[in-house]
Amino acid sequence: MFGKLTIDALPLYSWVAMGGATITVGGALLVMLGITYFGRWRYLWVEWLTSVDHKRIGIMYIVLALIMLLRGFVDAIMMRSQQAFALNSDGYLPPDHFDQIFSSHGTIMIFFMAMPFMTGLLNIAVPLQIGTRDVAFPFLNSVSLWLTASGAALVMISLVIGKFSTAGWTGYPPYSGIAYSPDVGVDYWIWALLISGVGSTLAGINFVVTIIKRRAPGMTLMRMPLFTWTALITSVLMVFAFPALTVACAMLGLDRLLGMHFFTNEAGGNLMNYINLFWIWGHPEVYILILPAFGMFSEVVATFSRKRLFGYKSLVYATAAIGLLSFSVWLHHFFTMGSSENVNAVFGIATMIIAVPTGVKIFDWLFTMYRGRIHFHPSMYWTIGFIVTFVIGGASGVLLAIPPVDYLMHNSTFLVAHFHNVIIPGVLFGYLAGFTYWFPKAMGFTLDERWGIRSFWLWLIGFYLAFMPLYVLGFLGMPRRMETYNVAEWQPYLIVAALGAVLVLLGIGCQVMQVIVSVRDWRQRRDLSGDPWDARTMEWMTSSPPPAYNFAVIPTVEGRDAFQDKKEKRIAYRRPERYEDIFMPKSTGVGVILGGLSFVLGFSMVWHIWWLVILCGLAMLAAVIVRCFDDDPDFCIPAAQVEATEAQRLEVMALAEKPLQEAERDPAFATQMLPGRTT
Amino acid sequence: MSDMASAITPREREEAENLEQREFGFWLYLMSDAIIFALLFATYVVMTVGTAGGPSGKDLFSLGHTFAETMTLLCSSITFGMAWLAAKAGRKQQVLMWLMVTFVLGAGFIALEISEFAGMIAVEAGPDRSGFLSAFFALVGTHGLHVSFGLIFILVMSGQIAVRGLNHYSMSRLFRLGLFWHFLDIVWIAIFSIVYLPGLL
Repeated sequence: MFGKLTIDALPLYSWVAMGGATITVGGALLVMLGITYFGRWRYLWVEWLTSVDHKRIGIMYIVLALIMLLRGFVDAIMMRSQQAFALNSDGYLPPDHFDQIFSSHGTIMIFFMAMPFMTGLLNIAVPLQIGTRDVAFPFLNSVSLWLTASGAALVMISLVIGKFSTAGWTGYPPYSGIAYSPDVGVDYWIWALLISGVGSTLAGINFVVTIIKRRAPGMTLMRMPLFTWTALITSVLMVFAFPALTVACAMLGLDRLLGMHFFTNEAGGNLMNYINLFWIWGHPEVYILILPAFGMFSEVVATFSRKRLFGYKSLVYATAAIGLLSFSVWLHHFFTMGSSENVNAVFGIATMIIAVPTGVKIFDWLFTMYRGRIHFHPSMYWTIGFIVTFVIGGASGVLLAIPPVDYLMHNSTFLVAHFHNVIIPGVLFGYLAGFTYWFPKAMGFTLDERWGIRSFWLWLIGFYLAFMPLYVLGFLGMPRRMETYNVAEWQPYLIVAALGAVLVLLGIGCQVMQVIVSVRDWRQRRDLSGDPWDARTMEWMTSSPPPAYNFAVIPTVEGRDAFQDKKEKRIAYRRPERYEDIFMPKSTGVGVILGGLSFVLGFSMVWHIWWLVILCGLAMLAAVIVRCFDDDPDFCIPAAQVEATEAQRLEVMALAEKPLQEAERDPAFATQMLPGRTT
Repeated sequence: MSDMASAITPREREEAENLEQREFGFWLYLMSDAIIFALLFATYVVMTVGTAGGPSGKDLFSLGHTFAETMTLLCSSITFGMAWLAAKAGRKQQVLMWLMVTFVLGAGFIALEISEFAGMIAVEAGPDRSGFLSAFFALVGTHGLHVSFGLIFILVMSGQIAVRGLNHYSMSRLFRLGLFWHFLDIVWIAIFSIVYLPGLL
């Protein structure tokens, strides 16, 4: 009846695991109780879970990412504290549990923190930047979100029922095969990745079509905001790279489930095929994550330097070049596999070449700041912190790209230091900059700057303390993923690294405070103008938060930095001659239902509950077929209602001083737009 | 009245653009699916040597059987093309007829494939026998799975056309289903040339 699932699946083997399970279940119950207490289930279902509005989907993605960031960070600080004390001792974590923690840390941070954070910011900003009312496929967007959430839920439930994988976030066979990992951990990992991977592929398709087909009239490719450019290249990479992950995970699953021999040691299997397939996805994935962050830095640096972005074209070409090159370097993840010298040399050189377009970008950002009037907003702190720190990470990457050096440093903490040194400043700082930058657009009020800056400094110093010692430890020969060790020389460095993690914890605390303080003062912090930073791109032209239809009239674009252009021409807030009916997609529960079913499907695959697998598969097929018959997915917002909403927006804007003064210089604005107001 | 009908309202233009976007999105989906097949092909080619002392393609494949599979699938592509021509001409009954013929041919292909797989498993040449056979079953099986989903959606499509007739939406869906069906044909030709022919020659 329940396949392999028995009462033994509960984590009674260690008190730490039990604690984790209790917190997970308790937290979930607490949230549900809270929703019930406040009677918000209906609101949640109608306004959020079934929403196909890209702004709401974006917010839900980011909420998921922030929750998973906390979970992933708890894993990190557990590892750091274990290693700080584990000299000649077992520490407080049994080996099996420690292995689960480093596996889930990597899996969560890449797939369920960074990916949803990125997709969420894309959702919030891209359609607004290109002046459209929604993404090309709003329903598919909702499906992508819920598939990602379903994958995240599988990782979370592995804390409570059964175990997570101990094979690391990359799940290399033969260790991840059934012979060496007979329990359900690897299966949880496989199904979480398969399900969320499909979500990511669909999100990629959605954004390619949105950006190619739905730009406002006049917005040629070379007039797109740089963030939209990076979103486009990232989406292309998602469409082409994620199938490789799907194939690798599916084959590993077939090996485990049906006794096939893709990656086994015996019967003609070849585990190196897995490693190739995994990194054919895995290396582009690095750029999938970092390119949008580069786009965010570009927006932030131009806005807060009060200048046009320096070298727009070179940034576009550099982004495209990185996208292309990202498919040509995967072998550098396994130089030690033993390819011939020439093969290793080709991939080593290709890797170093990527540093060139990346360097171009760094210089472009520096030149954008040069002689600008820089406003030191927290997003700008994140950006400058990124530039300085990322260069170090890039340099250690070029070092690792030299095959002989890689032979020495492979699988050491030097590697761990390197990739954290590019991903934390490159990806996470970028997303945090973007989060602070677009927060008022999504939520309607700005974030507190002081707590943001405190958080930045703690994160930055914490980062250096946590990872610079790992470079040294790598030189001292310490391998990654050690649960215990007997080299006394290593311990001081590991203690410093643990202190770094504590500082990052305080940094996260400051971020929590930042949100609390900002929500408390939200009335004073309201963004009435829709343009709190005096920014340059079109997402700031509409109100904050934007109405469901984003733009009452689709704007026409006449140049790069379309909004700045309109502000300079004093036509940014001009009222149209007349409003028209707007058609927007209806909310639908099919997305969240598909997500829920895919979660149960994944869970029952993990535990071999076959009747439930078949049931869920059929139910998903039925849901898709029902949706196929929906030929009327839109509803109409009548012109009168649009007009009323816009009039109200102008009233609110009148409360905000600055843009009004700006607008009042436009005679058309003063006479047409505010009839009740004497100027 | 005729003027009213011929003038395109903004709403109609929006709907037409929307369908065009779906078609473009479907092409992108096919491209990502093509990557899945490309990697399955690459894995297969690499693993042809991994027979582990078990049977190889020469021992297992039959040219006659493969020929029958190929002809059924290729013909089903032609009949789908006929369905599309009939749809363009607005002949609903003909569309339904050709879709049924396509369905029968596609189902015939699946039946042939199942009999081939069953025959192989019966002689101890199942997917768990060797790396080579794992790669074979995964590649050809994935194609077969795609065809099976195609069959389900041919039925759904027929139902929709029967009930709702040929409107903008069903035409667009039929077009996309056609893309999918012809794509599977092309994949099969690659399977024929990379799996069966070298295995037999």
